[in-house]
Amino acid sequence: MNELTSLVDWSRAQFALTAAYHWLFVPLTLGLSVIVAVMETIYYRTRDKKWLGTTKFWMTLFAINFAIGVATGIILEFEFGTNWSNYSWFVGDIFGAPLAIEGLLAFFMESTFFAVMFFGWEKVSPRFHLTSTWLTAAGASISALWILIANSWMQYPVGMEFDPAQMRNVMNDFWALVLSPVAINKIIHSVFSGWALAGVFVVGVSSWLLLKRRNVEMALRSIRVGAWVGFAGILITVFSGDGSAKVVSKVQPMKLAAMEGLYHGEQGQSIAAFGILNPAKTHDNDEPPFLFDISIPKGLSFLAEGDLNAFVPGISDIINGVKVSSEGDTLNTVPYAERIAIGKEAHKALKQYDDAKKAGDTAAMNKANMALQKNFKYFGYGYFDTPEEAIPNVPITFYAFHIMVIFGSYILLFFVIVLLCLYKKSLTKLLTDSKPVQYLAILSIPVVWICSEAGWVVAEVGRQPWVIEGLMPTRAAISDIPTTSVIITFSIFAAVFTGLLAAELNILFKFISKKSKENIDNPTI
Amino acid sequence: MPKSLNTKGKNSIFRRIADLYIDGFRNMTVGRSLWILIIIKLFIMFAILKLFFFPDLLNSTYNNDEDRAQHVRNELLKNK
Repeated sequence: MNELTSLVDWSRAQFALTAAYHWLFVPLTLGLSVIVAVMETIYYRTRDKKWLGTTKFWMTLFAINFAIGVATGIILEFEFGTNWSNYSWFVGDIFGAPLAIEGLLAFFMESTFFAVMFFGWEKVSPRFHLTSTWLTAAGASISALWILIANSWMQYPVGMEFDPAQMRNVMNDFWALVLSPVAINKIIHSVFSGWALAGVFVVGVSSWLLLKRRNVEMALRSIRVGAWVGFAGILITVFSGDGSAKVVSKVQPMKLAAMEGLYHGEQGQSIAAFGILNPAKTHDNDEPPFLFDISIPKGLSFLAEGDLNAFVPGISDIINGVKVSSEGDTLNTVPYAERIAIGKEAHKALKQYDDAKKAGDTAAMNKANMALQKNFKYFGYGYFDTPEEAIPNVPITFYAFHIMVIFGSYILLFFVIVLLCLYKKSLTKLLTDSKPVQYLAILSIPVVWICSEAGWVVAEVGRQPWVIEGLMPTRAAISDIPTTSVIITFSIFAAVFTGLLAAELNILFKFISKKSKENIDNPTI
Repeated sequence: MPKSLNTKGKNSIFRRIADLYIDGFRNMTVGRSLWILIIIKLFIMFAILKLFFFPDLLNSTYNNDEDRAQHVRNELLKNK
């Protein structure tokens, strides 16, 4: 078991490192492509060369980010085949179909129009060029869409049936997969958070130009577009985040309880706006959950159910299978001990199926399959011996969630202030002349990235111990490979990623610094 | 008028697409060091990591889907 735990932990650490590295580039691609497209649209409509220069400057930064990030996601697919082979097989075409569509449609669309966007200024008409820029932006979002659908299925598996002969989940309802409430909220939340991130990036880099007093007009012009796109992005992110919380409360209540460090829920449940968790707290002791907290009364009930008096179950409530409706009625969900028993029945049925298959006994196979299907919903619980094993890491989930919310709120405020400064003449000086404001804008760049990464930590750590909710725990998904090989590749990744990131950021900074000394408003086509 | 619109029928569409890429790469300014990095990255990923560290376990170990399914069944029936 210790060897397995070590293998699982190292494989998870490796996957987390790779995914977090990949996500450094994706949201900027999603958002900056839209900002560049808006800028080029203004150029197309006004034919003002200043806008052409502005567009080209940000387009080059987009290209550098795109080139830096390209193919970083492929490493995740390597890991699926080597470290997570049981999982890769078990998900079957559920994962394959969206990823194939992504590869065939979105990637080719993105890369084809990307070339026109960069190399086509003199080769194609302005209208076709503008169309290509918008299609590159659309391709990036469509590309993300399919990955996010696949990820959403892992959080809320729908639209499939398990076939024990193939040992795979077979998709039987494509639209249930695509239109699952988890997928819809996740897509909107992730894509538009990219707009917010890119908006902060544009405002931050432009503020550096203002700090250096270089290309001041161009910087203010860029801030105007970046702040509006970012503001729209953060507003939609906040609303879709609210939608996500409501969906999570229904399909992953344990994750929501971990996000809030909630052990015993109540009607009109408060939400911890800020808190320090009590490390001694467990689901079965009477310790207080917080050493210190600032709570908003009834906040969690409203967040989870849209009802100030609704009952929100805590970790202990969920384990014990107790839930109370907003009317005060006690509803019983399946307690975890019972889920474990049902899961073990499902395992027994799969073993019987396997034995019958080897014996060539079709009738026994059918009988075993019927028992398996009846209990399959809790198949993954069959790997556990105690309900405690089904509780995610509360501190990581709680702190990541609160970092995301606090930093996200800051970003909303940031855009409001930037827009006020832009449109209220008496305040515009703050942007152009106030060094503290300019430094704050620059320092907001890492803040928005931390916020974005924290969101994924909530999503992925909060759903543990599951790789597929209820069906497959992480430890069953892992391949039987030596831990040392994972440690070696983890170390290689850490070293290579760090080196490449440093080299690539160097290119980015050098370009910004060099270009800032030229007159960006006067480009050559 | 863009060049491409002046070459009606002169060049094939494929030639024009090839020119788009060739001229584009030739005239890149910040691209050179980026391309070096991309090539290094792809080399490390495909020629080292994929080849030596990341075999597709099921595809490289078994010849058909039935054997792969049996392997996964055995794995999932282990009480991990």
